[in-house]
Amino acid sequence: MNSGRRNPRSRALRGFTTILLFLLPALVLFLLLVVAPIAVAMYTSFFKWNGLGGLPTEFLGLGNFERLFGDPVFQGDLWHGAVLIALSLVVQLPIALGLALLLNQKLRGRAFYRLLFFAPYVLSEAITGVLFMMILEPESGLANQILQVVGLGGLDWFADQSTVLLSLFLVMLWKYFGFHMILYIAGRQGIPNELIEAAQIDGATGWKVFRHVTLPLLGPTIRISVFLSVIGAIQLFDLVWIITDGGPTHSSETMAVTMVQFGFKRFQVGYASAISVVMFLISLVFALGYQRFVLRRDLQGATTVLRDQR
Amino acid sequence: MTVCRRSAALLAVSALILGGCSSTGSEGGGGGSSAAGKVTVEWWNIGTTEPLKTVYATAVKDFEALHPNITIKNVATENDAYKSKLTTLTQSGKAPQIFHTWGGGVLKQQVDAGLVKDISSEAAPWLSTFTDASLAAYQFDGKTYAVPYDIGMVGFWYNKALFKKAGIEEPPGTWTQLLDDVKKLKAAGITPIALAGKAKWPGHYYWAYLAMRIGGLPALQKAGTDKNFNTPDFVAAGQKVKELADLQPFQRGFLGADYDKPGGQAATMGNGKAAMELMGQWAPAVEKSSGKGIGDDLGFFPFPAVEGGKGTVTEAFGGGGGFALGADAPPEAVEFLKFLTSDAEHRKAVGSGGVLPVLKGEEDAATDPNLSVVAKNLASATGFQLYLDQAYPPAVGQEVNDSVAELIAGTKTPDQVTQAITETAKSE
Repeated sequence: MNSGRRNPRSRALRGFTTILLFLLPALVLFLLLVVAPIAVAMYTSFFKWNGLGGLPTEFLGLGNFERLFGDPVFQGDLWHGAVLIALSLVVQLPIALGLALLLNQKLRGRAFYRLLFFAPYVLSEAITGVLFMMILEPESGLANQILQVVGLGGLDWFADQSTVLLSLFLVMLWKYFGFHMILYIAGRQGIPNELIEAAQIDGATGWKVFRHVTLPLLGPTIRISVFLSVIGAIQLFDLVWIITDGGPTHSSETMAVTMVQFGFKRFQVGYASAISVVMFLISLVFALGYQRFVLRRDLQGATTVLRDQR
Repeated sequence: MTVCRRSAALLAVSALILGGCSSTGSEGGGGGSSAAGKVTVEWWNIGTTEPLKTVYATAVKDFEALHPNITIKNVATENDAYKSKLTTLTQSGKAPQIFHTWGGGVLKQQVDAGLVKDISSEAAPWLSTFTDASLAAYQFDGKTYAVPYDIGMVGFWYNKALFKKAGIEEPPGTWTQLLDDVKKLKAAGITPIALAGKAKWPGHYYWAYLAMRIGGLPALQKAGTDKNFNTPDFVAAGQKVKELADLQPFQRGFLGADYDKPGGQAATMGNGKAAMELMGQWAPAVEKSSGKGIGDDLGFFPFPAVEGGKGTVTEAFGGGGGFALGADAPPEAVEFLKFLTSDAEHRKAVGSGGVLPVLKGEEDAATDPNLSVVAKNLASATGFQLYLDQAYPPAVGQEVNDSVAELIAGTKTPDQVTQAITETAKSE
């Protein structure tokens, strides 16, 4: 922009002030709406506080965290999170990937199918929740009616401690596979056809092409998709809140649900803050670790090395 | 250059957002009175549905006609939204000038935080017009913090036709008879009881009523102040709940059932698919709105007595609604409360079917036959216990709901229930 008539230092300074000036509004918002609440939650997590009246006064030290990790409900939350993450990775991602590759073929009505499979993702969580509550209602729901016609007894779905988590995953699968599918389709379209053709000329069959060309080149997309699945499962709230409220008997409760229960129903805001801090730390450690070790190659030449590009 | 322009746009947007933030914090609390002797009083209530919506609107209009210098700002919010809206405001250390309250532990917390006005002396002239049962939820340490507007009680609503089909002549008067009737209903292929396991609070009615019948009202109050539920009476109450649950009297999938959603407790009962439900005075209305409603087949009987228990069948369990004042509410707010709960005015609300009588000698104003039964039961009640999830601090109430739900689901024993509740009570 500027035609270097002044010395470099003052130019750098001016550049810096400009950057600061333009960054300021965003920075203020970020500090006010993101950093400050995190700091406040961390502060209150050390207190016994019901959130009413003035500031917290009853200092507990790490008391809330000790109670947290000794609580079977919270241990259950961690377990449910792990199960949902495992199911997402083992079941949801392969399905999404398979459909993506299928819909990348030249077949009739391809755009329609893509739209159809992506549609659940556009629905709000609340609507999805209510929809599946009706479909999976044990007494007169659609799913059990169909199962009865086929001659099977039907399940209790969300009403049974042993099936509720799987039923919940079923809803998550239906809701989010379309999103991952679109990610994969986009990733697949980024792979030049020349590579595939070259492999085919070299005599590679369908599976070999997939295993040695498509899959490695989809690596960055898969890694991002895994990342989003895991973070989503850690933060899972709305579907559970609407469909099961964490029940029956805490068997589908997630960390976020427990947090809301304690913060807004029991008014133990200090304890709820402790849960939120743990959730934040788990997400943070995972996000940083994942970016550091798994995404390192994908991020090269991106945000982390901005200076070299100039 | 495009970069610059984009940043400028961002700057402008940010400024707008920031500006927007700074201009909001004037809601509720504080301000109200203005110049020229005109006073505006804000009234937070949950009258978003008929008939109360009209009753409230008319009351405001009539009151303003009588007091030209006072303007009542009628802020109606839907029940659940109201709770979170009020919580958000109270957490910032403020309270509305007049606000709907259910009394009990939540109100007590707000009182302890200094957010609620003590109206003992202001309301003294007309406090004696209320029935004792209706006032109980709003009085702590001999001081009154709200005036009642509605009161109700929980009892068994039953389907007379289904009872007859199972060969049951009259509703049970004792716990043993109730269990017998449950067996008879099951034998006749009828689901005896509808229960919303997901919602949890309907389940706590069983445990609470049994504790009342076995230990008597003083036991529940004592447990609240001593923070000790580890007594034989409470364990016995849990055992009786388990006794009932072991008969598997509830509808299929009750653990996932909500109260007023499709397929929930009210719909199951309202569609004639279960013989009874333990629910408050609103049950007939909700049965009709979420199911078909069972009309004249619907009957009411109070929670049966337990043989050898210290409580009696005439002690009622329930709750109501009333209006409290924010700590800095103007005297005009008291004036409005007095008007709202005057005999002539409150009779209109009762007559509309929206609330039940809270004033002495007002029972005849309830015209709906179902509500009239409840009103009569309440008028002759010899004792009154507020819902446990409201009587005790919120955390204790929620723990009661949670633990009893686990008891019914079979994942907690009666001992573990009382232990869990005691632990939570001690941690408050």
